[in-house]
Amino acid sequence: MAKKILTLLLMDAPYESSRTTTAFRLIDIATKRGHDVKVFAYEGAVALTFAKQAPHGNAVHGRDVAQEDHPNPKDWVAALMEQATSSGGKLEWTNCGLCVDERGVGEAIPGVGRGSPVDAWKAAEASDNSLLIPTR
Amino acid sequence: MAAYLFIESRDPFDSNDCAQLWSLASSLAKNGDTVTLFLVQNGVLPARKSAKSDALSALAKDGVEVLADEFSLRERGIAELVSGVKKAPLDVVVDHMEAGRKTVWH
Repeated sequence: MAKKILTLLLMDAPYESSRTTTAFRLIDIATKRGHDVKVFAYEGAVALTFAKQAPHGNAVHGRDVAQEDHPNPKDWVAALMEQATSSGGKLEWTNCGLCVDERGVGEAIPGVGRGSPVDAWKAAEASDNSLLIPTR
Repeated sequence: MAAYLFIESRDPFDSNDCAQLWSLASSLAKNGDTVTLFLVQNGVLPARKSAKSDALSALAKDGVEVLADEFSLRERGIAELVSGVKKAPLDVVVDHMEAGRKTVWH
């Protein structure tokens, strides 16, 4: 299969919906195939890459931070970016700047860009296919 | 004719508008278009025999390819599927996107 450019638009905030898990699974599959994947995150999804996400322990179960090994989506996004690169493609992640400012999550992990809704349109224009995963 | 991939993530017992998507899929298939309905997350729940599952079997008879994400099925303990629904990996979605299908998430 020749390299493709696929765009995904994500809306869901972290820790809230199975849609985020499914989106990450799709990105995982596409990047493993060496495709270039463009993600435009808007609304709550801009917090997926917020650098200050912190793991926590679980006092109820008596586990500290290390034992709990609480997953943070920023780490999954970083891992997907690394995987894309090692597979010969790239994961280009752009957050909607307006949505970022509204939520005060401007400190994103390295490699994350900032854009406007027109960048979503440009990404779709430049892609072989696009998928919007909206909130309900 | 066009080729469509509809991704159904919603539980029809929770979202009445699932029936609208199924109806659209059926109409397109009857029109001669190529249509796949991919069930994922709680969208796989009617793949288990229930009051809503006959509608999926009917879709298959109408010519819609009805697939259910095997990971979502495992998460929900669904092993036996109703007639017309087949297990499939999520990779199918990327396959269809690569092929340029019109892909719609619900």
